[in-house]
Order: sequence, then structure tokens, then C-alpha cells
Amino acid sequence: MDISRMDDLVAQALAGDRRAIARLISTVEQGGAEARQVLSRIYPHTGRAHIVGITGAPGTGKSTLVAELAKAYRKQNLSVGIVAVDPTSPFSGGAILGDRIRMRDLATDPNIFIRSMATRGSLGGLARATADAAHVLDAAGYAVILVETVGAGQSEVDIARMAHTTLVIQMPASGDEIQAIKAGILEIADIIVVNKADLPGADQAVAALEAMLDLNSGHTEWHHGRLFQIEGVLAGGDQVKHSWRPPVLKTCALRGEGIEELVQAIAAHLQYQRESGLHQQREHDRAAEQLQRILRYTLLEQLLERIPKHALQETVEHIVAREQDPYSAAEALIAQARLLS
Amino acid sequence: MVRERKIRVLIAKPGLDGHDRGAKVVARALRDAGMEVIYTGLRQTPEMIAQAALQEDVDVVGLSILSGAHMTLVPRVMDLLKQMGLEHVAVFVGGIIPDEDVPALRCLGVKGIYGPGTALSDIVQAIRQEVEGRE
Repeated sequence: MDISRMDDLVAQALAGDRRAIARLISTVEQGGAEARQVLSRIYPHTGRAHIVGITGAPGTGKSTLVAELAKAYRKQNLSVGIVAVDPTSPFSGGAILGDRIRMRDLATDPNIFIRSMATRGSLGGLARATADAAHVLDAAGYAVILVETVGAGQSEVDIARMAHTTLVIQMPASGDEIQAIKAGILEIADIIVVNKADLPGADQAVAALEAMLDLNSGHTEWHHGRLFQIEGVLAGGDQVKHSWRPPVLKTCALRGEGIEELVQAIAAHLQYQRESGLHQQREHDRAAEQLQRILRYTLLEQLLERIPKHALQETVEHIVAREQDPYSAAEALIAQARLLS
Repeated sequence: MVRERKIRVLIAKPGLDGHDRGAKVVARALRDAGMEVIYTGLRQTPEMIAQAALQEDVDVVGLSILSGAHMTLVPRVMDLLKQMGLEHVAVFVGGIIPDEDVPALRCLGVKGIYGPGTALSDIVQAIRQEVEGRE
């Protein structure tokens, strides 16, 4: 793509042209220099959208819930961008992206933009370019961006790094209390949703989750790319202002029940973040984390360009033959690349 | 850090018949051939299909039609794609298509028409040739 074509596409996308938005998402998904040029052009126009992450195990009803949330936001006259991630097959590199099946009612609304993404080898529940796709939609003026992760288990927690508000979706009978107190995905929840609440066991699930929250008596926050526990229930003082106990809500997305309450809880979380200064702090952490990630990736790319392919292969052979250990091998390669520069 | 361009395919079932086994089998075969398949499910209107093709920035749209309504549905989809500036998207049709309708569909610009018994590898190859030949 030449520069003037890219400038045109960016200008069109900023004006809301859907074809241009779709093209730009493909470009950032592809990665490389073109992606970087696009992202640096749109970055000044980002930061306005409320990004809401939706994660949870496969089959808990994430897509259906996303569709219902989108409808609720449309009633408030807000435009909605949706990025839905499904896994890439590790064997063929292909993927079946099926989240649109549950979103068919939204397909022709001109104020909703839905994009399906394959993980393309990324772990952590998102694709490498999911945040970049959300940036494109943010710059194009979508007010709310719903990001649906792959069906996640207990450690796909990347979504908490990119979303302002993270919903963790559970369903009744999805495990005993020990599941609820294990570390991992529940700890990143800003709001916990027990979906399919018409099934038996919904109240028990809510009770188990509430009990887990009582044990925690605090909440975790990302800080410098790590999860930190923030003190919760303290008598008086500033600490209380900084505590957010994730509400546990029951929904039945298929019937549209409990969605109003969920939308209100999401709004309350955004307001809490703004008032407590957490919003600012999270933006700060997000920027720092993103910068580190880009540095790591770019440095690696530059390094690999300088090391001849055969040298890399030979080193691998040495390591396999136990003639060299991988740690000194890496140091030697870096030293060699520096000499070449 | 290999940046391989993935072929993106939208598989859609326009119209009212509920037989989606063929569409699912094709979707699975394309996935196994390394493509990214956006599967939209049953009872899609031509408007839904064209919008999805636009938002997903696909290279190919595959329509599965077993209802006999292909001479109404396919022209409508082709028309909408054109209106949206998506002339480059290759359209393939699968399902029950009588031989006498094939020339008319070809004339509309449909790139391939596949009935029951088609080898999946033929479909994979046709899509690869169409997309890679264009670049």
C-alpha cells in the first residue's frame, strides 16, 4: 500500500467509512511496517471509547450476551464495535469463526461493526492484533467496544490488560467452590456474570462466588504488567475509595433477562474508575505495558534480521547436541549481531 | 515472524431452508486447508451477508442454497456486494443447483458452482487459485 492510499484509508475510516475500517483492521492484523504506519496515524484519535472485555469458558454464552449488550447500548443511541476472537487450529493454521451466528440480529445495523478474529497462534485469549483492531474502531468513533475472548479457562487473562471493564462469564454448575477460589480468570473480573441463570444451581453459583469475594476482601489491579491485590474493606480512609467489589449478576442472555442491570453495573464501574483515579492509572499501566511489548517485538525482529539463517540453525544443532547451552548461545548470537551492526 | 496472508472466507446460508450440513462440511474443509472461515449460520438475508462480507474484509463468499431460490438470492447478493464496492470478492455457490441455471449464475460472475458429491479438495483448490491468482 502506498502512503497516499494509506492516508486516504485512514481519513475515510476516521469519518466512519465501514469499508475503510475493515481494510485497516486487516492491515493491522497482518502486522509489520504497514501496520505500524496505520497505528501511528490513528493513535491520536483513540482513547474515547469504553472498552468492555467479555471472557469465560466455552459455552457459557459469551456471544449471546455480547449481542444483548450491543442491543442495549443501541437503545441508548450509542454506536457499538465488536471484536470477537476464536481460536486458530494449531494443526492447519485455519479457523472457524462462529461468533456471528449469535449476533445475526445485529448484522444490518449501520451503527454496529462486528469483526471476527482468529488467535493466529497467540495464547492468552486474544489475538496479537485484537487491541489494535479495537484502536481502529475507537478512532472511527464507536462509543462502546465489546471484546469477546476465545473460550477461556483459568489463565487467559490478557483481556484485563486492554479492557477498561472486564466481565467474567460463568454458568450454573460450572464447578465447586474450589474452582471459585483458584487463582486466574476470576481475579481479573470487574463484574462477574452468572449467565444461563434459568438453569438449576444459579443461586448456589452466585453464593459460591460471593463467598469467594468475601475471602478475597479486596480486588486485584494490573500494575506495571503484574496483578496486585488492592486492600478492600478498611474502616474509613482513602483505601475504601479505591476498592471495587465485583458485583455478581445473574443473566439469561437468550431471553434478554438481567441485561439492563448488567449495563448499569458496567456504567457504575466506569464511573468508579474515573472518580477514584483508577482510570488514569490503568491507562498509564496499559501504555507502559504496550510500549514494553512493542520494544520486545521490534528488538527481536531487528536482531533476527541481522543474524544469518544458517547461524541460527547451526546454533540450534549445537544446543540439541548439548555442545552449547541455550543461554550462552543466545548471548553469543546477540554479541555477534551487535558486531555486524 | 512469518507474515503469511490468510485467506478469509464467509460461509453463509441465505434463504429459509434449514439444511446446513453441507455448509459446515465445507467450512471445516477450508479451515483444515488453513483458511479463516467466518460462519454466519442459517437464514441470512442478502443484506446480512453483504454487510458481513464488508465488515470481515473477506476474499471469498460461499453461499449454500438448497431451497431452489438461488436465482433470486444470488443476484441480490452480487448486486449488494457491487454497491458496497466489493467487486473483488469472489462468490462461490454450493447446494442443489439445476444444470440449466449454471450458465446464468456464471454470467452474474459466480466463480464456481458445486453440487453434491464435489470433492472438497476441488473447492479448496478453486478458492486458492482465485485468491492467489489475483495478487
